[in-house]
Amino acid sequence: MNRFSYLRASSVDEAVREAAADPTVRFIAGGTNLIDLMKYNVERPERLIDITRLPLDRIAETDGGGLRIGALVTNDAAAYDPRIKDRYPLLSSAILAGASPQLRNAATTGGNLLQRTRCYYFYDPGTPCNKREPGTGCPAITGRNRIHAILGTSEHCIATHPSDMAVALAALEAMVHVAGPDGERAIPISDFHRLPGDRPEIDTNLRHGEIITAVELPPADFSRHYTYLKLRDRLSYAFALVSVAVALRMEGDAVAEARLALGGVAHKPWRDPEAEALLHGRPATRDRFIAVADHILKDAKGHEDNAFKIDLARRAIVRALSQAAAGTPQSQTDKRIK
Amino acid sequence: MSASQSSAPLPEAMSVTLTINGETRQLDVLPWTVLLDLLRDHLGLTGTKKGCDHGQCGACTVIVDGRRINSCMAFAVMKDGARITTIEGLAQGGDLHPLQQAFIDHDAFQCGYCTPGQICSGVALIEEGRARTRDEIRELMSGNICRCGAYTNIVDAIEQVIGADGEAGR
Repeated sequence: MNRFSYLRASSVDEAVREAAADPTVRFIAGGTNLIDLMKYNVERPERLIDITRLPLDRIAETDGGGLRIGALVTNDAAAYDPRIKDRYPLLSSAILAGASPQLRNAATTGGNLLQRTRCYYFYDPGTPCNKREPGTGCPAITGRNRIHAILGTSEHCIATHPSDMAVALAALEAMVHVAGPDGERAIPISDFHRLPGDRPEIDTNLRHGEIITAVELPPADFSRHYTYLKLRDRLSYAFALVSVAVALRMEGDAVAEARLALGGVAHKPWRDPEAEALLHGRPATRDRFIAVADHILKDAKGHEDNAFKIDLARRAIVRALSQAAAGTPQSQTDKRIK
Repeated sequence: MSASQSSAPLPEAMSVTLTINGETRQLDVLPWTVLLDLLRDHLGLTGTKKGCDHGQCGACTVIVDGRRINSCMAFAVMKDGARITTIEGLAQGGDLHPLQQAFIDHDAFQCGYCTPGQICSGVALIEEGRARTRDEIRELMSGNICRCGAYTNIVDAIEQVIGADGEAGR
């Protein structure tokens, strides 16, 4: 690991000011991804700004009836918060589907959004990688690509975003609040992460020196018809091959509103509003669910090792919609898929 | 060391206060000293094990301010003021922690390398109070890998202590 200097920030203003002046700075909170990347020499910050003492560790009601989750609220605290479990169980479920209790105790809400891909090549400085070293190429496209993306890829990068939490936040249409050198702004979660295009080294639309201060959940009633279905190589403590977050509002047997986001398949949580619209006002039937899945995956592109994900995603979407419509969300404990 | 860092002044050690297994200590640590390495290499507390060193195996699990974390994924300097419990701090006097005794009762280890992390994780799990069934114990112990495959007996040991606490609570 490289040597670095260390500053413990005592205010958001100080953290932003110090970071803005120095392009080699990284903020650190839970550290569960950044320290790992530093151990692999993927990240080599010359200065770390410790933001763990900033007053961003609370979950508060918003005026509009939603919740504002401070950026430093740990994944554990968010997942088990009674308000989140009661009103946003999709988010609680997705968080508990990810990582381990130890990691969730350290990892934060803001850091979870900013974690980097687990692409094998990105993690290995002995190989080229357009995300790690722009312009060097993407060995994943012709190499081992079992865990890689099938939607929204480019000729420069086929990495996926690894977060489970972010997939649920995408379905819940959360807002990401940030503070930076130019003041505060709010970024819809759908605009927070980006597709790789020809700049795969840029994961998000966060600007240098900006810090996430909170994630806001708008008021919503998806607490009965939801699911987070995560499929992976082992039942716990593994990243998703495919995951599906579904939030439905039902009126009788018909779907009044549908939100659906996919994880493990793209450079960002994947939403497809046109596909969701196929459900609006329609009976929740298997045929409809298949039509939704086909629409979402119509432009999916597989590579040598990950082509199976297209069929897996199709089945996962249908199953997740069935679970949500029936009000029988996926268990994150026994993992039996019903 | 890369050339880009040659001009920067070498960062200095920083003073931190840590309460480790009940003993408060003032320590000078460099910013990049990882908590696991501080415990093992600087303080001689080698009960905490380095397995993968990347937050994937749980062998380095310790309890910081009541919460179990992977000590390999934490810089010591960031834990200034924290209370840390390692496997060395679980026994009271000559009496093993009930979970330590349960691991012996149930033969819950073979090579023993993952055991300190398993036990620290299990102690925190019991404190958290969220696991009641074997499925819940298994899921909430998923951050601790045992390559000998002693999982069944580990769950037995934890279940024994949770069951005993349940009895006591009635």
